[in-house]
Amino acid sequence: MLVEMIFSGFGGQGVLSMGKLLAYAAMKEGKEVSWMPSYGPEMRGGTANCIVNISDEPISSPVVTAYDVVVALNLPSLRKFEPRVKKGGILIWESSTIKQPPTRDDIKTYAVPAVDMASNDLKNVKVMNMLILGALVKAMAVVKTDSLLLALKETLPPRHHNLIPLNQQAIELGMAQVK
Amino acid sequence: MGEIKFMKGNEALAEAAIRSGLQGYFGYPITPQSEVVEYLAMQEPNHNYVLIQAESEVASVNMVYGAAAAGARVMTTTSSPGFSLMQEGVSYIACAELPCVFANIVRGGPGLGTIQASQGDYFQAVKGGGHGDYHLIVLAPNSVQEMVDHCRLAFELADKYRNPVMLLSDGSIGQMMEKVVLPEPIPYKPDKPWATTGKTPDRKRNIITSLYIQSEDMEKKNQTIQAKYQEITKNEIRYEKYRVDDAEIIISAFGLTSRICKKVVDLAREEGIKMGLFRPITVWPFPTDQFAEFAAQDRVKFFLSAEMNAGQMVEDIRLSVNGKKPVYFYGRQGGIVPTPEEILNAAKGHLK
Repeated sequence: MLVEMIFSGFGGQGVLSMGKLLAYAAMKEGKEVSWMPSYGPEMRGGTANCIVNISDEPISSPVVTAYDVVVALNLPSLRKFEPRVKKGGILIWESSTIKQPPTRDDIKTYAVPAVDMASNDLKNVKVMNMLILGALVKAMAVVKTDSLLLALKETLPPRHHNLIPLNQQAIELGMAQVK
Repeated sequence: MGEIKFMKGNEALAEAAIRSGLQGYFGYPITPQSEVVEYLAMQEPNHNYVLIQAESEVASVNMVYGAAAAGARVMTTTSSPGFSLMQEGVSYIACAELPCVFANIVRGGPGLGTIQASQGDYFQAVKGGGHGDYHLIVLAPNSVQEMVDHCRLAFELADKYRNPVMLLSDGSIGQMMEKVVLPEPIPYKPDKPWATTGKTPDRKRNIITSLYIQSEDMEKKNQTIQAKYQEITKNEIRYEKYRVDDAEIIISAFGLTSRICKKVVDLAREEGIKMGLFRPITVWPFPTDQFAEFAAQDRVKFFLSAEMNAGQMVEDIRLSVNGKKPVYFYGRQGGIVPTPEEILNAAKGHLK
């Protein structure tokens, strides 16, 4: 099975990191993966995105135009990528900052107030992306939660390993948002 | 099985060079290639290679020239405008017949252009780029894994033929991350009796030069390297075929675009269109005979070359097909990566 995804939002929100973490976790499960970032004159506050493909077979095109999963963390990204969700696909959006919700009714949409929850419940807005990632793996079991935790352990530099429990909490809180 | 890692194309290339016994790297940062320099700089304390961030691309290519003449396993990497700057040195190295590896992580041009991926340097890579009659062996990787595999292959071919070898990659492959299997490191023991390592009493001086002021000598030099190019053409053509056995449309692409075209073929087949992909892996030497064979088959209706440029490899396909079948082109420029759907539509537009 091939799952085609895009993670999009403002630079600095952690969209590239969450895509990388998910791809790494899938690789650890023996899947084929590709992670292609938008790169260039991006900056904090500008838009950024990455396309992630996870597959049981070798991946042909790393460039994709219609997605099984779209993660949108800001309004411009939601506007741009909502039309590109495949019919029946999944759209996860950050609902504490985006005030104009998606409009399509032929896809599954999940509103996650990740910014509010990360700052209020976890006292650290930086783990907002992990909340979203938790919601994603609950909405579509692309990888096991354990693989995400393993990926955190193996990709975070040891000096940041004290943050793993907080990230784990964020993932679990995100998962709880998807019923 | 080697070590499995999740790496960017640029990092994987750098790691592959280290594991292939790299002895010298001379380069200058330029987006989208800079991770190669960064990675090698970071790893330098753990290994025995020399790394110099030169003051310019002109300097780095001449450092490569010097180190290669001394018999070292050397590499430089850059992106399009940087490779243009290197051309004088590349031509000298080709004439002096020195083994070394160049990687061009191509970005959009002409001019300073854009930092997004492109394939606009195909002509420069396969037709010379610098002055005079010379060729580089040019490999066109299409994945992070091939950045690794082609890197080792490039060093081996360079030594085998005493010829510079180039990886014609692009910004997307350089920047994207994929699963990659890294090969075991090999120690490098150069067997280069021609190298300028210091004269010993038991042999004559070794001279490395690209200056042959007498016409007769220069012609002889040309004949030598042309004979070598024929030998390379005979032995080193590499390509990949995908679903071509009953194909009526042969779509062709190199590098990243060939990945996209694999998907184009699958989409076409789903619609009952008999399409296959022929992908040159060496773009010099070019798989001319293979294209001619397709052209000679009755069932093949036409060729379509998909490229991230204004139409470059398509010219080599036309030379190979030699008017026997139509050869069409579809391309995007300026850093735009074409989608499978738009290439498929272009192909369908030529179906009668």
